[in-house]
Amino acid sequence: MSAYLLRRFLYAFPILLGVNCLTFALFFLVNSPDDMARMQLGQKRVTPEAIEQWKRERGYDKPLFYNGEASGWGRFTETIFFEKSLRLFLFDFGSSDAGRDIGYDIAQRMWPSLAIAVPVLLVGLLVNLSFALFLVLFRGTYIDLGGVVLLVALLSISSLFYIIGGQYLLGKLLRLAPISGYDTGLHAWKFLVLPVIVGVLSGIGSGTRLYRTFFLEEAAKDYVRTARAKGLSERLVLFRHILGNALIPILTGVVVVLPLLFLGSLLTESFFGIPGLGSYTLDAINNQDFAIVRAMVFLGSVLYILGLVLTDLSYVLVDPRVRLH
Amino acid sequence: MSRAPLLQVQHLSTQLGSLRVLEDLNFCVYPGETFALLGESGCGKSMTALSLLRLLPPNGRIVSGQVHLNGRDLLQLPEFAMRQVRGGQLAMIFQEPQTSLNPVLTLGQQLAESLRLHRGLSGQAISERAVDLLKAVGIPDPERRLGEYPHQLSGGMKQRVMIAMALAGEPKLLIADEPTTALDVTIQAQVLALLKQLQRDTGLAVLLITHDLGVVAETADRLAVLYAGQILETGPSQAFFERPLHPYSRKLLESLPDPQKRGAPLATIEGRVPPLDQRFSGCRFAPRCPLAQEICHQEIPPWHQLDGERGVRCFLWESTPPLVPVRPVSEKIREAGETLLQVEGLRVHFPIRGGLFRRVRGAVKAVDGVDLCLRRGQTLALVGESGCGKTTVGKAILRLIPITAGTIQYDGQDLARLRPRALRPYRKELQIIFQDPFASLNPRLLVGESIAEGLQALGLVPDPKARRRRVVQLLEQVGLDASAYERYPHEFSGGQRQRICIARALAVEPKLILCDEPTSALDVSVQAQILNLLRRLQQDMGLSYLFISHNLSVVAYLAQEVAVMYLGRILEYGRVEEILEAPQHPYTRALLSAVPQIYRTKKQIIRLPGELPSPAQPPPGCHFHPRCPEAGPDCLQPPPKIKRSETHWVRCVRRR
Repeated sequence: MSAYLLRRFLYAFPILLGVNCLTFALFFLVNSPDDMARMQLGQKRVTPEAIEQWKRERGYDKPLFYNGEASGWGRFTETIFFEKSLRLFLFDFGSSDAGRDIGYDIAQRMWPSLAIAVPVLLVGLLVNLSFALFLVLFRGTYIDLGGVVLLVALLSISSLFYIIGGQYLLGKLLRLAPISGYDTGLHAWKFLVLPVIVGVLSGIGSGTRLYRTFFLEEAAKDYVRTARAKGLSERLVLFRHILGNALIPILTGVVVVLPLLFLGSLLTESFFGIPGLGSYTLDAINNQDFAIVRAMVFLGSVLYILGLVLTDLSYVLVDPRVRLH
Repeated sequence: MSRAPLLQVQHLSTQLGSLRVLEDLNFCVYPGETFALLGESGCGKSMTALSLLRLLPPNGRIVSGQVHLNGRDLLQLPEFAMRQVRGGQLAMIFQEPQTSLNPVLTLGQQLAESLRLHRGLSGQAISERAVDLLKAVGIPDPERRLGEYPHQLSGGMKQRVMIAMALAGEPKLLIADEPTTALDVTIQAQVLALLKQLQRDTGLAVLLITHDLGVVAETADRLAVLYAGQILETGPSQAFFERPLHPYSRKLLESLPDPQKRGAPLATIEGRVPPLDQRFSGCRFAPRCPLAQEICHQEIPPWHQLDGERGVRCFLWESTPPLVPVRPVSEKIREAGETLLQVEGLRVHFPIRGGLFRRVRGAVKAVDGVDLCLRRGQTLALVGESGCGKTTVGKAILRLIPITAGTIQYDGQDLARLRPRALRPYRKELQIIFQDPFASLNPRLLVGESIAEGLQALGLVPDPKARRRRVVQLLEQVGLDASAYERYPHEFSGGQRQRICIARALAVEPKLILCDEPTSALDVSVQAQILNLLRRLQQDMGLSYLFISHNLSVVAYLAQEVAVMYLGRILEYGRVEEILEAPQHPYTRALLSAVPQIYRTKKQIIRLPGELPSPAQPPPGCHFHPRCPEAGPDCLQPPPKIKRSETHWVRCVRRR
């Protein structure tokens, strides 16, 4: 197991290096620092001096890969690639093109993102599991059929509709929750109610349908027949035998997204005015702030790899048949 | 008969959707006896079991009838009372021990469920009783096993656990649905002996559901033959095997391969089981019955109850003659032709990787030094239990997997040394037929396309029209209609699909066909058709077969030479008469004795203890010695190859 973890850790380096090279190529070769400066400074007072100064202030005036003017290791370290891309490996994100410390911003904005994403995940899991179990208990009946029709309907509605509809109904008409905004500390809770409800609702269609399929798949297996032939009640068969096995794909599916919860949601956060990492990324894209985008892409890749490793580990915990070598 | 039946089934009819899968079933099981329900796939045997337990699939329902267990009608019980019966008085074990246990619960937890429910035990008493149960079914080290999961056990051990679980509720009747079909013969012998012993100890009655006539003959007291949802014949099993009354029963017995029938074609049953969504106006077997008269098609035959507890549903039962003992047909001794394939020192090792950099740490020695010699126009059988490496030998000869060492001389050319490009011409010479005809045809290709693929790929018949003519000719050669060309594999039955696979192999006009368990997924009557076809093709075209099988009666019928394989090595090699009549190696003797036989004449079953060891850590010296009844200290040395005759050798130190 430890050998497996160490190997996966070593594999992560070439993957992340590849991700870095790709984003670097996208942001510096396609879109040169001169273009960036011109966009940031606006169209009006762009003089070559202003561009040079903008680049100097942000360290974009160095060569891309190889610095012939420096000496020793400096030839490689005093380059844009080293300073802007390879430093990400130390989680040193540098400062944004607007001059703010990215690492500090991320640490600040992580919490609002988590404050929405974690409740949405947990409440959603609970709701979807219960709903799916309910449908499976009534499988083959009209309750099951009606439930599936409802799920497909829920699934077919765009998530934008849930957001806007929720804001209109709960926020504007019923005045139960503020439409958007955020507060510091514990006062934030009333701003979280609406996004969490909307987040859970928009996930019911796909989540419940998937879990129902997992349950039905297990219910058709031979060991379930064995359990019934033992004389177990339908309740025991469902909760002890079927649920135990169906939870394996469900849990591992949840584990893979756990790390990504940090990144928040682009849509929800911007619509509800939550100052999380999702809206941070979206704002950065709008402002053409490539330092932030680069940092977020790297962070996303790291978290994704972490998610995959965690998934493998969770298999070992919940499925006695799986061993990692 | 004065004793009261334990289970009495009367007029039981069951529907599955619109199919009438069971029609008016009547039988009873007495305390302590073994009653067998015998039938081919799709005849409704499993549906009978599920009907008795009231565990039919969602679209199934019992239409009419009564099922009395100890005088209580199970079909009238409310569901909660029925749950007390399931596992408590009526327990069941299933065909697939691999999938019938819950993979995420420990054996102890699964055993405890029944003990808590039916015996009302709790706490310490549960684990004590569970240990006793595992001991009773012969599982070594039961205390440790309780904490283990099903995947940590072999197939035979899992079936023992299933039996222990069924016994936990101390039932009166055990329904065993093909309990040994997924197991090897030596393991099958162990499990059947265990069931017999449990019956003696506890007075348990067993309802045995099986397609295997040999298993029935060796274990059942009485039996019923099921065909297309109906019982055609019942009776004590001894009387049945002496003189089956129904033509279908006779055909079943006659279609069994047997060394006595060598050289002659096996009896087959033409056609297919009729679809069950119709109302029958005559005998269900009439369309396939060679004796059928006018009346058989027009009237439904009534049930004739005879003396000695026999009964039959046939108009012509009185006219069926007793079974004629098969006279051995003296086979034309074919000229022992020149050697076509000579394999020497074949080794196939699969690396075991591990550690941080996945370095090779050891090897699974799937094939560890195998010598074979196949002559032109002959059949060499490679016999062994699952996991012995026989399929790996086949794949290695065709160079479908990498070879570790050894030579494969085919027609003077060493295939093992050839590069892939140089090997291509030989693809035409050697072809293969696989075990599972359902999985070995591409479902997206037309049957004709599947057969023509080899001709096209090897550029043998470039012209599409000529290719089509050739495929049609092949279809007819294997006994299929030319219209099969335009159809998809799912439209055919298992036997027909195996014919398609044979046609595909024949397409490129090979000289050698590797048959990898070609009939083990098929029913007995269909197996007879395929064996007849293979035999006829060999005679017509002079084909050589390397026949891989675990079924010794098939091998005895078809092969001229036999190699017995165990854990990657060949233990004994000889002509089929020599192997069958004078087996030398203790393993060969045990294997032969463990095959269930209908007319057992002499020898006792030699029961082997334990199971096949792991090929990653084979025992030192003779691989077989840990299970061998004759083993001694000198078996720790590599066994010598002892020649018994020109054609017969054995690898055993005891035969020096």
